Amino acid sequence: MTGEWEVVIGLETHAQLSTRSKIFSGSSTAFGAAPNAQASAVDIALPGVLPVLNRGAVERAIRFGLAVGATLNRTSVFARKNYFYPDLPKGYQISQYELPIVQGGSLTILTGVGEKTVRLTRAHLEEDAGKSLHEDLHGMSGIDLNRAGTPLLEIVSEPELRSAEEAVAYARALHGLVRWIDICDGNMQEGSFRCDANVSVRRRGDEKLGTRAEIKNLNSFRFLERAIEYEVRRQIALIEDGGRVVQETRLYDPDRDETRSMRSKEDAHDYRYFPDPDLLPLAVSEEWIERVRASLPELPEAKRLRYAEVLGLTAYDAATLTASRELAQYFEDVVGAGVEPKLAANWVMGELSAALNRADLDVTRSPVRPAALAQLLARIRDNTISGKIAKDVFDAMWAGEGDADAIIEAKGLKQISDAGAIEAMIDAVLAANPKSVEEFRAGKDKAFNALVGQVMKASRGKANPGQVNELLRRKLSG
Amino acid sequence: MIEASLSRLRSDLDARRISSVELATLFLDRIERANPALNAFITVDRDRTLAQARAADARIARGAAGPLTGIPVAHKDIFCAEGWRTTCGSRMLANFISPYDAHVVSRFGDAGAVLLGKCNMDEFAMGSSNETSYFGPARNPWDPACVPGGSSGGSAVAVAARLAPAATATDTGGSIRQPAAMCGVSGIKPTYGVVSRYGMVAYASSLDQGGPMARSAADLAALLNVMAGFDPRDSTSLERPAEDYGRDLDRPLAGVRLGLPKEYFGAGMAEDVRAAVLAAVNELEKLGAKRVEVELPASPLSVPAYYVIAPAEASSNLARFDGVRYGHRAAEYADLVDMYCRTRAEGFGAEVKRRILVGTYVLSHGYYDAYYLKAQKIRRLIAQDFVRAFGACDFIVGPTSPTVAFRSGEKVDDPVRMYLDDIYTVAPNLAGLPAMSIPCGFGAGGLPVGLQVVGSYFSESRMLGLAHRFQQATDWHERIPPAHAEGAR
Repeated sequence: MTGEWEVVIGLETHAQLSTRSKIFSGSSTAFGAAPNAQASAVDIALPGVLPVLNRGAVERAIRFGLAVGATLNRTSVFARKNYFYPDLPKGYQISQYELPIVQGGSLTILTGVGEKTVRLTRAHLEEDAGKSLHEDLHGMSGIDLNRAGTPLLEIVSEPELRSAEEAVAYARALHGLVRWIDICDGNMQEGSFRCDANVSVRRRGDEKLGTRAEIKNLNSFRFLERAIEYEVRRQIALIEDGGRVVQETRLYDPDRDETRSMRSKEDAHDYRYFPDPDLLPLAVSEEWIERVRASLPELPEAKRLRYAEVLGLTAYDAATLTASRELAQYFEDVVGAGVEPKLAANWVMGELSAALNRADLDVTRSPVRPAALAQLLARIRDNTISGKIAKDVFDAMWAGEGDADAIIEAKGLKQISDAGAIEAMIDAVLAANPKSVEEFRAGKDKAFNALVGQVMKASRGKANPGQVNELLRRKLSG
Repeated sequence: MIEASLSRLRSDLDARRISSVELATLFLDRIERANPALNAFITVDRDRTLAQARAADARIARGAAGPLTGIPVAHKDIFCAEGWRTTCGSRMLANFISPYDAHVVSRFGDAGAVLLGKCNMDEFAMGSSNETSYFGPARNPWDPACVPGGSSGGSAVAVAARLAPAATATDTGGSIRQPAAMCGVSGIKPTYGVVSRYGMVAYASSLDQGGPMARSAADLAALLNVMAGFDPRDSTSLERPAEDYGRDLDRPLAGVRLGLPKEYFGAGMAEDVRAAVLAAVNELEKLGAKRVEVELPASPLSVPAYYVIAPAEASSNLARFDGVRYGHRAAEYADLVDMYCRTRAEGFGAEVKRRILVGTYVLSHGYYDAYYLKAQKIRRLIAQDFVRAFGACDFIVGPTSPTVAFRSGEKVDDPVRMYLDDIYTVAPNLAGLPAMSIPCGFGAGGLPVGLQVVGSYFSESRMLGLAHRFQQATDWHERIPPAHAEGAR
């Protein structure tokens, strides 16, 4: 699509930190309360109130910094970003500007063309604003300040993403990571994880970056992808028609699948940042950092490498299983119960994931627990059932009919490995299908498979397929 | 009774020689008589005050009296007090009833003090004459044609005219000390962080500090014992062990070194002020103190630095007054931006607007480094000056204000001249140091002169000791404006 054009994308992601109370007040951060039920004196910015930093939010920022291998600034500074808006009670947002808590770091992403390391510029702490309400207010506007003061970590990537696909892979990896390290619930519908995309294009080989447009508030991976794709098309078409991209903020309209100008650089605010005199510089001690480091789980990157190198999984399988900490845990529990890793991986990524998807369930809510799945897989290994029958057993387990052994027993699904019984079935099939036998003898291999199928059918799937193959071949050549 | 010290009031209340209701009534009556002329109070609520006094009497009867139980105290109208109108001297908050107590207000409440009313002040504490108040200027009880100083003018007038035994005030660039000097009362601004700013409407957060005003250093110590203390709701509040600010009141002055900065005694100080201040220094020498000359070379930069930093912070602190959630809102407007513009145009007075504009300008893109950042560097130089000076002396003494109280209206159209009145007072705020003013004589027109004492960090109790020894030897602090003496009129 882009041909001679190179696409340059940087993402700014707002991850809502999973603290119970707000970043500068004691109000609850729970979603969905009645408007302004969670707005304290501090949140509505009464005269005389002051902010007090929530250390839980800082701790989550430290977790993130450690997880992406960033520099943690031992001293960082909260600054005021000044602008007027009804949902901004103080007339300024407390954020970090010149000295953020997290600087640098990187994130590895996987795309169709392989692995890529994306560098991060920074991540800083800030408070969210409230929201305006325009419905059911008889033509007036209302303000809900429940969200005002909710802690956010704004994570800024370097402009190193080169396609919408890469941008989405990055956003997904980041989304997976913040949930993995337990700092954000990742709920995109509720706005807990949202992206702004800075998009520009330049002719391949150009050193200078093109003028960028910033697309605000993309709260799904699909919107992120479509908004970038639209924006890239728009910018290329504009330049090819002799026009120029102007620096501006744009909004993506999912209904019309296009981006629209919101405000240009000329209307951009002068935010008059300055250090917030109500908050001392934030000091983070070595000791605090080490305590947080010790509490971090094994990170997805480390797990992915371990799955590939120690457990012998393919890069793809390792990446898929480490998409979320819960899925990886499930897989490890199955392996821990004695199942061979490759078999466990196939089932977790195959039958289990498909069933979870169909039921729209999180892996932690799976009705088939890891130990139960391990038992089922053990029955494949010891030849009690075939892989095909195992899928039926799995469905029965999912439906709550009991554990694998009980279902196999109750339904009489035990694999038939008695050579005499299988030979009897083969004889019957050969007698009933003389045409297939003739075709096989004439050199058509396909006919052999058809005969195997007939035997399996006659056994209602229970015959040991390996034995069927072997005995059938012996009979036909005999 | 209007002459009684706080410790005397305490013992009289405890011995039931007077009740809290009687005491409150006495002062309420005095306010009722004097306030029309002096305009020291913006809000007086007799019923509410008497209800508190009755509760105090009950507490005393139970034998559960705290240090100030039953003693009436007035609060500067910058402190939020639950159920009380808290205006900050502005039309913007003319009808704002605070739903919560400032830390200082709850400390006084816990100590049993009876809230006598809310004192007049320059609008949002921006002014040196109390003339920027939306509720009209407070007047100097020594001469009603003169200003009482500002911004805590109402508090100073209330104490000077004996309308209250004591009052709270705040000091961003001299707002406790300068009106104390001009009205002939004592006032102390503690080390930044000693008194919580929670519930104190912010003017310039890095400079604002609450403190008491009273008739003597001994009373200030008793008040500071109540006001000071760590508050987890203010991140700049200092977590230190509690201290008794009265512990050094009787400490002898022998050997104490008084630093007289040559920069404070140069041109610019009126002769009557110079004479009174030097006489006070002589008196302190008689008490055993020694004078040494010190230098504060960066001090000429303190007013310009202050008038960059304070407006910068103010421009942001006052952004919350937008008409959306509380306070004044324009009656008619076309759209959101128009609502903001009209609301703030109507709600703020000229001086507040001037400082918001200055502050907005110095923080603007392209000007930040030249103004705000530079001012912050000067601020560090000023603090270093003091640290160096305190190597050679224990306290820095000098005039609080270059002149005695000036006439109302004299400087309202000349803001720069008005700002220069803060020449001796802003530096301690920039450095975060404790500073006080005590009466040390009278100048032209029979108007009071204040002596400023600046100490090193956390030296409040020793500063109060110095002031107390001085007040044991002199009676300037006991002088009452003739029109307001007991029995007058």
